[in-house]
Amino acid sequence: MALEENTVKNAPAPDAEYLMRDTTSHPPALTPAYKTSVLRSPRLAPISLQQSLSEVTAPVFRAEEFGPLDHDLILNAAKDGLPIGERIVVHGYVHDQLGRPVPNALVEVWQANASGRYRHKKDQYIGALDPNFGGCGRMLTDANGYYAYRTIRPGPYPWRNRVNDWRPAHIHYAISGSGWVQRLITQMYFEGDPLIATCPILRIVPSEEQIRGLIALQDPSAFVQLDSRAYRFDIVLRGQRATLFENAVQGVPA
Amino acid sequence: MTQQQMKPHEPGAEPPQGGRDPLGGSGAVFGGRGVVIARETASQTAGPYVHIGLAPQQAGFDIFEHNFGSVLTNERTQGERIRIEGRVFDGIGTVLKDVLIEIWQANAAGRYAHPADRQPGKAEDPEFRGWGRSCTDFDTGVYTFDTIKPGVVTGRNGRFMAPHINVWVVARGINLGLNTRLYFSDEAEANAKDAVLNLIEWEARRATLVAQRSPGTTGVPVYRFDIRLQGDGETVFFDI
Repeated sequence: MALEENTVKNAPAPDAEYLMRDTTSHPPALTPAYKTSVLRSPRLAPISLQQSLSEVTAPVFRAEEFGPLDHDLILNAAKDGLPIGERIVVHGYVHDQLGRPVPNALVEVWQANASGRYRHKKDQYIGALDPNFGGCGRMLTDANGYYAYRTIRPGPYPWRNRVNDWRPAHIHYAISGSGWVQRLITQMYFEGDPLIATCPILRIVPSEEQIRGLIALQDPSAFVQLDSRAYRFDIVLRGQRATLFENAVQGVPA
Repeated sequence: MTQQQMKPHEPGAEPPQGGRDPLGGSGAVFGGRGVVIARETASQTAGPYVHIGLAPQQAGFDIFEHNFGSVLTNERTQGERIRIEGRVFDGIGTVLKDVLIEIWQANAAGRYAHPADRQPGKAEDPEFRGWGRSCTDFDTGVYTFDTIKPGVVTGRNGRFMAPHINVWVVARGINLGLNTRLYFSDEAEANAKDAVLNLIEWEARRATLVAQRSPGTTGVPVYRFDIRLQGDGETVFFDI
């Protein structure tokens, strides 16, 4: 029987489903070492869905929605001078689990300034605000899944988990790929930071390999001479899976 | 770990034992035939200052010319205007005021603004992207969206799905973003046939996904959709 006869109209495009999420790649919901998770973690098992169009589609963004300085955190909030701190470039590739680039992905980043202070009305840390630093940026990946931005290296800061817990220097990332199931929020850390070894939010990641995947490496090949150092941070999103012949199975409930 | 192990590799290079794979992730090799499936980058909490990056105006400053927000419509968008509003509760019923919610939905005809949607006979609406984000208010804990009611999207293998909106919830204390769906209280007949709602074997839990319609005060109907992260009435979340 020809495959086409069995292809059900209106089913998701057969080339656009994603691999089942491997939950062992992520921290579990309930992680008492990170205290805030205790009351914010669902107790009941999530219901597993096979994907429909609702899960394999996602918003599409256009280059004209972004301003020329959106990915330049050194300049995008500067008022009467340059922000204080170490100038760095952060760059890398967004690809899926099978190594394919994810083009046109929305990459949004936010961070504290060099003092470890966030420009946020709820941040009470004594570290000084920098009048010339905002701490947020955004960009789209190019056809190769590549992104780059420049910023000031963030400082570490204390937080009330235990009374002497400190966050390692980090930059928050939110990534939106080509399918809703790829939506991901994570944090990027810096190679060599001694606070990485004890951070509760990082230690709840279930393996050393996965922790290593969150640590950006200094990348001399991308240094801007006499200007900035550079860090490389690659991101892996859910992979699209092969769904050969699946629609040929008749009489099997969705 | 040593510096040597932490060096990135060029594509094609042999990954060292315990090191990074050629794809740059902290990879795993599955399948036994050399097919490399890298691990997804580990999720981390959005943290308390998620607004800086994703909703800077709520953080207290203006930086981007164009902001992503909670209004999905313009005056030319087709479809019935609706407002969605609700609150998010933790395991002891506390209203959470630092949550970010995103929604993704089809247009009034039941089509997603995405190239993978090739449903015949359902027109695109160039005035509707179908995506928005909203933060719970720092004082009231209420989040809102102004959007349209979506049409029917055909489900997997042609199965019926009732009109619904996909919802993604992140916040401090949430280690991996939570996926759920919003259905509509005035679609009881359609909801009863919905392929996804019917997967939830505990019938009482299905009600956690149904937003309750009221007339509203501005002429736009309001759908109330509260989310309970834990405990009594815990919202159904999906592993998608």
